[in-house]
Amino acid sequence: MDNGRVVKGVQFKNLRDAGDPALCAAAHAREGADEIVLLDITATSGNRRTLLDAVSETARSLFVPFTVGGGIRNIEDAAAVFDAGADKIAINSAAVREPDLISQIAGRFGSQAVVVAIDARKVNGSFEVYIAGGRTPTGRDAIAWAREATHCGAGEILLTSMDRDGTKSGFDCELTRAVAEAVSIPVIASGGAGSALDFIKVFRDGSADAALAASIFHFGLENIAQLKGELHHAGVPVRWPC
Amino acid sequence: MIAIVDYGAGNLQSVKKAFDHLGSSVVVTNQPATIAAADKVVFPGVGHFSSLRILDLNGVRSALLQAASAGKPFLGICVGMQWLFEGSEECPETAGAGIFAGKCQHFPTSVKSPHVGWNSITIRETSRLMKGIPQGSFVYYTHSFHAPVIEETTASTEYGPQFSGAVERNNIFGVQFHPEKSGDVGLHILKNFCEL
Repeated sequence: MDNGRVVKGVQFKNLRDAGDPALCAAAHAREGADEIVLLDITATSGNRRTLLDAVSETARSLFVPFTVGGGIRNIEDAAAVFDAGADKIAINSAAVREPDLISQIAGRFGSQAVVVAIDARKVNGSFEVYIAGGRTPTGRDAIAWAREATHCGAGEILLTSMDRDGTKSGFDCELTRAVAEAVSIPVIASGGAGSALDFIKVFRDGSADAALAASIFHFGLENIAQLKGELHHAGVPVRWPC
Repeated sequence: MIAIVDYGAGNLQSVKKAFDHLGSSVVVTNQPATIAAADKVVFPGVGHFSSLRILDLNGVRSALLQAASAGKPFLGICVGMQWLFEGSEECPETAGAGIFAGKCQHFPTSVKSPHVGWNSITIRETSRLMKGIPQGSFVYYTHSFHAPVIEETTASTEYGPQFSGAVERNNIFGVQFHPEKSGDVGLHILKNFCEL
């Protein structure tokens, strides 16, 4: 979400409008989405009201898990997002800058409510963590950071491949498997979904515990119920029928 | 009037929202008198088992036990269900209600923890709480500790071992999963509770 509208880009660039968050979320949930994730990428983080209003509106008609992230810098920001109706919060840059934030939020709200989002791109053979909406390289290794985040009390890792994001060329199974095998908490694969086969691959070859997609659903390219039906028939354990 | 018990450990909005959606009259309370006056009690627990220590400090524990023994329909959710057992390995010093036999244990290291996500339930058909829920339906779990399968188990899930997804005896019901987060299946289960 950017300034109250759902947007989608390719490799974090060239954002296109994709609608109202509350309406999008309700539609996806009706179609069978297991969980809704709302990430606020508004550049100017000063006015949190837009995000909190969008969270309340969206939460109103959702009866599936709802995770919210984007610009959460401290425990007060997190508390405001929970109060607005989120079940879980996702933190990214703030956690890299201050890993103790993970423990603080997990300590008050429970690990199950804390998702640590990691954006990574392949650089010289290994996966480097980027923060600030993918703009700032950190020089940190994604696997090592995922391990540290787990140790600090993260409940889940939301792992986005910056190389694949928006490309619909498939999830980054190498990155996903490396992180999934390194940590004892669930890993959500993100970035690159283009078809049912991509999902099947990231569960089989990427060892993902869950998979997130945006482009293919926002732009109506894939029907969630149909997708899950294909996963079910391929033997992937999935909530079906939904 | 359904009393949703707030013991200060977590966000009850989702639970209240689900009952509001079903058109039930609910009140969120931490007052023993309000719990005593309610027709039904819902006890949603979240977070660490040790946070239940707070129940002893303000008379809520005895209000809950009284409501349960008075025959009022009582629904414990997540840690609220774990509390119905004798206790949990998560915090051995904090006693559960002891209504169901056994102690809650951590999942083995062979599976990822917490157990987060949708999983399917094997349902005992005589269950009143699960009335009309198709066998093998999916519900949403998020927990690291699980209650054992006992005689009163009405829904079980396999994650590492089989564990109790739901228990019931007379007026007392417990669900380990979050019905308020389990889509239409969850709302159906809550509706069954409302109609008891």
